[in-house]
Amino acid sequence: MTNSQLTPGIVPGRLSAEAYCTNFADIAPPLDAHEVRVAADRCYFCHDAPCVTACPTEIDIPLFIRQIATGTPEAAARTIFSQNILGGICARVCPTETLCEGACVREAAEGKPVEIARLQRHATDTLMAKNAHPFTRAAPTGKRVAVVGAGPAGLAAAHRLAMKGHDVTLLDARPKGGGLNEYGIAAYKTAGGFAQAELDWLMGIGGITLKPGLALGRDLSLAELQAGHDAVFLGLGLGGVNALRAEGEDKANVLPATDFIRELRQAADLATLPIGRDVVVIGGGMTAIDAAVQARLLGAETVTLVYRRSKASMGASTVEQDHATQNGVRIICNAAPVRLLGSGAVVEVEFAYTEAREAGLHLLPQTFRLKADQVFKAIGQTLEPVPEGIATGGGKIAITGPGRTSISGVWAGGDCAQGGDDLTVTAAAEGRDAAMDIHLYLMGA
Amino acid sequence: MADLTTTFIGIKSPNPFWLASAPPTDKEYNVRRAFEAGWGGVVWKTLGSEGPPVVNVNGPRYGVIHGADRRVLGINNIELITDRPLEVNLREIKSVKRDYKDRALIISLMVPCDEESWKDILHRIEDTGADGVELNFGCPHGMAERGMGSAVGQVPEYIEMVTRWVKKHSRMPCIVKLTPNISDIRKPAEAARRGGADAVSLINTINSITSVNLDDFAPEPMIDGKGTHGGYCGPAVKPIALNMVAEIARSPETHGLPISGIGGVTTWRDAAEFMALGAGNVQVCTAAMTYGFKVVQEMISGLSDYMDRKGFASTADLVGRAVPNVTDWQFLNLNYITKAQIDQDLCISCGRCYAACEDTSHQAIAMSPSRVFTVKDEECVACNLCLDVCPVENCITMRELPQGEVDPRTGRVVSGYANWTSHPNNPMAKQAAE
Ligand SMILES: Cc1cc2nc3c(=O)[nH]c(=O)nc-3n(C[C@H](O)[C@H](O)[C@H](O)COP(=O)(O)OP(=O)(O)OC[C@H]3O[C@@H](n4cnc5c(N)ncnc54)[C@H](O)[C@@H]3O)c2cc1C
Ligand SMILES: Cc1cc2nc3c(=O)[nH]c(=O)nc-3n(C[C@H](O)[C@H](O)[C@H](O)COP(=O)(O)O)c2cc1C
Ligand code: SF4
Repeated sequence: MTNSQLTPGIVPGRLSAEAYCTNFADIAPPLDAHEVRVAADRCYFCHDAPCVTACPTEIDIPLFIRQIATGTPEAAARTIFSQNILGGICARVCPTETLCEGACVREAAEGKPVEIARLQRHATDTLMAKNAHPFTRAAPTGKRVAVVGAGPAGLAAAHRLAMKGHDVTLLDARPKGGGLNEYGIAAYKTAGGFAQAELDWLMGIGGITLKPGLALGRDLSLAELQAGHDAVFLGLGLGGVNALRAEGEDKANVLPATDFIRELRQAADLATLPIGRDVVVIGGGMTAIDAAVQARLLGAETVTLVYRRSKASMGASTVEQDHATQNGVRIICNAAPVRLLGSGAVVEVEFAYTEAREAGLHLLPQTFRLKADQVFKAIGQTLEPVPEGIATGGGKIAITGPGRTSISGVWAGGDCAQGGDDLTVTAAAEGRDAAMDIHLYLMGA
Repeated sequence: MADLTTTFIGIKSPNPFWLASAPPTDKEYNVRRAFEAGWGGVVWKTLGSEGPPVVNVNGPRYGVIHGADRRVLGINNIELITDRPLEVNLREIKSVKRDYKDRALIISLMVPCDEESWKDILHRIEDTGADGVELNFGCPHGMAERGMGSAVGQVPEYIEMVTRWVKKHSRMPCIVKLTPNISDIRKPAEAARRGGADAVSLINTINSITSVNLDDFAPEPMIDGKGTHGGYCGPAVKPIALNMVAEIARSPETHGLPISGIGGVTTWRDAAEFMALGAGNVQVCTAAMTYGFKVVQEMISGLSDYMDRKGFASTADLVGRAVPNVTDWQFLNLNYITKAQIDQDLCISCGRCYAACEDTSHQAIAMSPSRVFTVKDEECVACNLCLDVCPVENCITMRELPQGEVDPRTGRVVSGYANWTSHPNNPMAKQAAE
């Protein structure tokens, strides 16, 4: 090994081969059989359970845990998948501390919720390991629906539509389906090629034709899509990124965190992926945390995450913040970038401390600088490009009810549409609900 | 999904899960919600004769045994039969049955032990549309003192007599509900069959005191400083109920008599076990009282998955399947020899197996100074206590010695089937041979 964590600049192979393996291994490995029984036994089978209300897809959690407890994990999986066909990825990526587990009555009582996500993973893994698809399609309706975007929203919509007997064409601009499951989520949350495995399994319903490498706007227009289909669902996600608006932003090695993560997710061998010795991440959400942690796991010596507001207003939950600090990421709050320095490539970033005032965020005269071989920008994504002729609001596709856009016959859901948090599970819920609405529309109800 | 439709003594229900006669089935509001939740049938809370209804205590009615995490393991109650007027119950039964024709609705009855009383009540329930009657000869408290409930159920002659009256004055299918508070459960079941019963259901609750308050020195539940025995039910009573069901299922006198299995059914598995031992369906009370009506959904999905796994087309394929394998001790194979073995990779060195075997069994486990536990085959009698107390699943297993191998404990070669009836130590065997 020639490079180490101390090698200056941006270089690959800072760690040993084993270190890459352990660093990017499954962050929450499956529970063993005994752990499953003990975990399931803790569920109180609450009436009108708060965890169900807290789940955007409203999975019947007490029922599926009881089904696990009685030794029928496949039945548990059907309970999960009937509400959320992406229950497998959700079990791995949901910020459960703010969702189901945060609402668990045992969290309130003891600060120790039932391990809902890990139980959900046990059930869904068990059924998916049999490679059995739990649902069958209804009789063909002869209706054709185009779904644009094969991320969680598009996949949930496509599956539900196919199940209802419609024929679905699923297009995605990228070479692989899965959306951010494949290109965004932290590698250690989706270890073992889970995103593609789940995609293949989901397609097992039949009736969905995946067409990768086909972009709406570039390769075909919305009007063309509408002409060939009875309905269209848009699950475009957020393709653009916000700019820092700081001097020197155009210097080399200053890039969107999402680009860094995408490259990481697609790397065949993480040891070949170059990473800076000193890395600065700007932002306070899940993307910022994931970029920072994974930079550390790739062997960066120092990684500093800088957020312009207070710790409490960070988009990332305290659990995620703790995860970052445990991995050696330093978090600095209340500081905003003012200048990026360096000739050609970035070498340093200058920050000013901030203060939240009524008029807005105020930059204080006190500043500091951080060494930076790489700067990852994670200050929010934007809808890009906006499909022609569609109304937007707050930078997203405007919708009413279950995803109806301003254009008749066109629905939207997930990150690209208004409402809900930008989460995998929310996208799954919105895709499913829009599909049900499309179904009613197509069947003339 | 397997088809769970069950026909029990001619009464069809979409699944074999019925609610037992108890508070969950005490009124229209409950029963409608139970049917909406998926229950296949209900046995309405026991009705009494016309006239002023019984009264219940107004203090606590239940005593409970909890597990460490407050899991309800057993409940005892001192509740009586319905305390609502007969006309109200009858009106409600009619109204519910009209709207739920596909569900089973059975009326539980308990009236004084004379023919007129039975004739009268049977006449009154005639036009409710109910699918059958269940005779409550089981209630162990409150009613027995008035010559009803288990006071009848403990005297086989009374059971036969009352059942005969019921069959004489009604054309409805008749289930006789048995009390477990009796030494040989086969006797009341035989009496019910002689009286013409279409089925028996069991068990009703078991006489019990769940706990004693050690400050006030009275049994719980305590009513103004005093307590009384109640009826025990819930998961804790299941083993007792299973045995009684099996006894009736395999006894030549009662073999083939339909059985509705009751007692601690909480999961699909409990239900399947009752059915394998001969119950045509099951009834549930405590599980619903603990978890609500929704608990049936797990029973439905679980039983259906199990039947799919086993390739059973209908519940009839399961019912009674284990009955031929319930036998008397004397027919067990004495040449079936097993030895405990400890998987050292799974062992966590707690030493519980050692304590159990060394202190209370056969001194067949060795413990090394470094806490390695191994079985001494020459001492092991295969009681399996070590396996039972081991906290790790599958760490201790029982290995069957194949025929031809020498049992190091006895020094004898393992041979084929032989039971006590022909064993040389059995004086009866010798007599038979002489
Ligand atoms: C780094 C990162 C980490 C995250 N971590 C988590 C997490 O741990 N937990 C969590 O719940 N959420 C997480 N999220 C958020 C979550 O990934 C998103 O909310 C979710 O993926 C949204 O799903 P979607 O289907 O709306 O969009 P996406 O997943 O973005 O999918 C959109 C798809 O549409 C395609 N597309 C876009 N435009 C076009 C077009 N014009 N033509 C054809 N196809 C197009 C894209 O290629 C893409 O495949 C994370 C997000 C990021 C960026
Ligand atoms: C509070 C309570 C009241 C009951 N009342 C009746 C009754 O009125 N008639 C009857 O036949 N059984 C009655 N039972 C007995 C139940 O029907 C059932 O036989 C018993 O509880 C065992 O089933 P379980 O273990 O599922 O609870 C009652 C049980 C309880 C707990
Ligand atoms: S359950 Fe509680 S609130 Fe309801 S009647 Fe009984 S004691 Fe009263």
